Amino acid sequence: MKDLVGIKELSRQDIEEILNTAKAFKEVLQRDIKKVPTLRGKTAINLFFEPSTRTRTSFELAEKRLSLDVLNFSVSMSSVVKGETLYDTLKTIEAYNVDYIVIRHSSSGSAKFVSEHTPASVINAGDGTNEHPTQALLDAFSILEIKGRLDGLKIAIVGDIIHSRVARSNLYLLSKFDTDIRFVGPPTLLPVQAPDNVRIFYDLKEGIKNADVVMLLRIQLERQKGAFIPSLKEYFHRWGVKKEDFSYIKDDAIIMHPGPMNRGVEISTEVADSSRSIILRQVTNGIATRMAVIYLLTPREA
Amino acid sequence: MIIKIYNAHIIDPFTSKEGIADIILENGIISKVYFKKKISQLKVSKSSSSVIEINAKGLYVFPGLIDMHTHLREPGYEYKETIRTGTLAAVKGGFTSVCCMANTNPVNDNPEVTYYILAKAKEEGSCDVYPIGAITKGLKGEELSEMAMLKEAGCVAFSDDGMPVMNSMIMKRALDYSKSVDAPIISHCEDLALTEDGVMNEGKISFYLGLKGIPKASEEVFVSRDIILSKYSGAPLHIAHVSVKGSVELIKRAKEEGVPVTAETCPHYFTLTEEAIRDYNTNAKVNPPLRTEEDRQAIKEALKEGIIDVIATDHAPHHIDEKKVPFQEALNGISGLETALALSLRLVHDDILSLRELIEKFTVNPAKILKINKSGIKEGASADLIVVDINKAWTVDKDKFASLGKNTPFDGWKLRGKVLLTIKGNKVFDMRKSG
Repeated sequence: MKDLVGIKELSRQDIEEILNTAKAFKEVLQRDIKKVPTLRGKTAINLFFEPSTRTRTSFELAEKRLSLDVLNFSVSMSSVVKGETLYDTLKTIEAYNVDYIVIRHSSSGSAKFVSEHTPASVINAGDGTNEHPTQALLDAFSILEIKGRLDGLKIAIVGDIIHSRVARSNLYLLSKFDTDIRFVGPPTLLPVQAPDNVRIFYDLKEGIKNADVVMLLRIQLERQKGAFIPSLKEYFHRWGVKKEDFSYIKDDAIIMHPGPMNRGVEISTEVADSSRSIILRQVTNGIATRMAVIYLLTPREA
Repeated sequence: MIIKIYNAHIIDPFTSKEGIADIILENGIISKVYFKKKISQLKVSKSSSSVIEINAKGLYVFPGLIDMHTHLREPGYEYKETIRTGTLAAVKGGFTSVCCMANTNPVNDNPEVTYYILAKAKEEGSCDVYPIGAITKGLKGEELSEMAMLKEAGCVAFSDDGMPVMNSMIMKRALDYSKSVDAPIISHCEDLALTEDGVMNEGKISFYLGLKGIPKASEEVFVSRDIILSKYSGAPLHIAHVSVKGSVELIKRAKEEGVPVTAETCPHYFTLTEEAIRDYNTNAKVNPPLRTEEDRQAIKEALKEGIIDVIATDHAPHHIDEKKVPFQEALNGISGLETALALSLRLVHDDILSLRELIEKFTVNPAKILKINKSGIKEGASADLIVVDINKAWTVDKDKFASLGKNTPFDGWKLRGKVLLTIKGNKVFDMRKSG
């Protein structure tokens, strides 16, 4: 496989291979010397058209653990402001002879666009509201660690589904397994037509009933301006997950969040800091998962 | 130059004549149209520079087609298309008249721009060009453009196409005022607030691709508004590029009530659906967006029932750099002049329209709406006709387009039906040998 543009393009087998490889890398990361020489002499560039400290840091650490030379090309120093097209930026970067391009961009489909125009391996670190595949992979890896399986699980994704690339990548990943998927949130933040295998709930308690996994999404303050929600306060009142909601989910259910979270908006502090929350484990697993993805991709001979 | 076309099957909605005939054209004038009972056996001599003889047995002759919705891009966007290349694309596609939209730079909102377009067309054009003036100055939706002077300069209709007139009072006044100018208002029906920053039809696929959707209501709300305004003022209203089933239903009801409304659709709306975007294909990005199968079927049905009067191309050429970007950033539009007839002939091959009905939607119907005088195929008239093999198979190759706009979602499609000759006055365009 040359690129990881989205979960859409992966088979269940591809996903399992990535998750198995991530497991091996997680063991490496627990050793004293956390670096492997696998990709020494190769170069990765983190091409970020949207600011993101977390995802970029996670990728950078993964790249360094694989002994890659790492370049960061971020929007503040880029020539986008000068009106250069994505295509021309890409060709410039290609001229540096890089092997791996990690891209984050505000346009849906931009990672696919880039992958079609370069021999380098392209890894999508978030393209518009389309996909954020490594997030879904690290989420699946984290669920597997705790639950031992994905098949048979009931998963509720709560919040701003329509604007979320994390929700989409998780949907595509979980759909390749035998899972029960629910979207929960206000109608203004849910798709007009739900995918066939998804059930829609406006009511939080109904939507998370008997869930094994509750995935929360970040609510942006701007949603108030677009009349998607009246206020963050009302959102928290109706859809913020609070301690008392634990009585609706399974006893061993876990709470996930891709970060950065808003305490008191989509999640209460008590829930965020509870033993059911695996939010920090997700961050740790991000590195091993991203190492696995880079390791399994093969750039085309230029 | 003398052109003799023998045994042609003429379908001419202007003269209401249909049948097998021999046609003789001398120096751009139709000197003879001889209808006959039987196809004659004959050997045609080789064409020379002064005489072309064609045995058109099995071929059709139609009046030159009229495209009432074309973007020629000149003045201002000559890197996308020029009057020279756009009208060449037109005649290649069987059109001998094109009506060019006002969203040039400068906008065609004053007679000087109209004069410029007409002068250029006369100098470099291959066919008739009928400019469409802007409804409002600068397409800004604020002040009316000089509609009477534009009409006198040669504009045949008024449209802010590309942009809706968002203010309902301005639209009402435009309709009212147009009655004194005797030219119809063509409405681009889109509620920009509902479109927001949408880039494709809102539905399952937009969610799947993570692209912001445009609800069908964006079109329907304004179709309904403009029908109400047309009914109120009694001014003729033509609805551009209908893409949605709901619009069809509104237009149907309005026509039943006697509102002076007409409508057009474009080949892509009855040929493609939003499925064409699954791969983020920017060449299928168009406004209004490609919709669903339900809409596609409703539009075909509306063409059959006569609810939609006209097939127009909405030929919207763009430079390759404007489509070679991520989907969200790509410009809207399809280069349509050179594929429109063949795509529309599918409706005939599939028994949805008769050939005559189809040709009406490309000739007499737009001529009536725009009050363009056309004589049809009759003796003494200036030549304005096309010779078509409705069964000839060919493959769309964007690189062979005469248009500068190579932005087509139909590249590589195998189509049936090709224009072999376009004759416009003393200009003869012979496509018999070209791919």
